[in-house]
Amino acid sequence: MVQCRSTRFDAPFAALSDATRRGVLEQLGRADASITDLAEKFHMTLTGMQKHVGVLEQAGLVTTEKVGRVRTCKLGLRRLEEEAAWIEGYRQLWDARFDELDKVVEELKRKEKVDGRKKRK
Amino acid sequence: MDARRESEPTPMTNHTTVERKSERELVIKRTFYAPARIVFEAWTKPELLKRWWVPKSAGLSLLSCEMDVRVGGRYRLEFGHEASKSMAFFGKYIEVTPHSRLVWTNEESDDGPVTTVTFEETSGKTLLVLHELYPSKGALDVAIAGMEDGMPESFAQLDELLVALSARH
Repeated sequence: MVQCRSTRFDAPFAALSDATRRGVLEQLGRADASITDLAEKFHMTLTGMQKHVGVLEQAGLVTTEKVGRVRTCKLGLRRLEEEAAWIEGYRQLWDARFDELDKVVEELKRKEKVDGRKKRK
Repeated sequence: MDARRESEPTPMTNHTTVERKSERELVIKRTFYAPARIVFEAWTKPELLKRWWVPKSAGLSLLSCEMDVRVGGRYRLEFGHEASKSMAFFGKYIEVTPHSRLVWTNEESDDGPVTTVTFEETSGKTLLVLHELYPSKGALDVAIAGMEDGMPESFAQLDELLVALSARH
C-alpha cells in the first residue's frame, strides 16, 4: 500500500530526476518568475539556473519569454494538454461503458414490457 | 428544444461528457432513454453491472463483482487477465436512495474520491450524473497524472529525455 501510494505520488514528478527542477516547477505553479528570481530563490548562479530552465523548456514543461532584459518563465502547455488528454481518455472509457449500459437498459425495458403484458392477461 | 427532441426517434448513440468542475471534482453526464428505476437497477444488481462496467475496449475482464447495496454495505470489484495479477477496487455505500441516488467511497487508495451518482427522470428519460469528489486538489492531479494507461509511459519517456539532456550539460 505504501509502495503503491508513493508510486502514484511520484508519477507527475518522475519526469524530473533533479530536485531543483522539481522545485522550479512547483514555484512556477504558484507564480511566473524570472530566471534571476529563480536563481536567487534556489541559491544558484544565473548560468546554473538557465541550464535547468533550458532542460524544462525542452521537455515542454516550461515556456520562457524575454521582455526587455528579463526572461520570464511560466509553466508550459504540456501540463494542461496532458490534463485535457486524460479527461478525453476518461470520457471515452465512460462512453464505452455507457454504450454497454444502454444495451442492458434496453433489454430491461423490453423485459418490463413483456412482463407487463403477461400481468395484464 | 426539448419538445423538438421528444418528437424525434431515440438516437442510437448518445453523448457522454466529462468535466473537471473544480480543483477536486470531476463530473460525468449521460442521458439514458429509460425510466430511472431501470437505470438504477442496472447499477445496483451485480449480475447487471458486470455486463457493462468493463467495456470490451478496455482489454480487461471483471474477475469478480461483489456488491452489498445498502447503507454501510461493501463492494469489491476485481479486474485483470488472471486472478494472480488482478486489480481490486473496493469501498462502501454511504447512501442508497432507490431510483435516485447512490454514494460510495473508493478505498483502494487514501486519495480515492467519494462517488455520487444521481438519476433524474424527466418524461421517461434519465439524466445520469456521476460526481467524483477527491480529498484534495493534489489527489485529483495525481489521479490524472497516473491513472490513464498512456500517462506513466509518457512520463517515463520524458524522464529518459531529461536524463539524456542533463547528461549532455
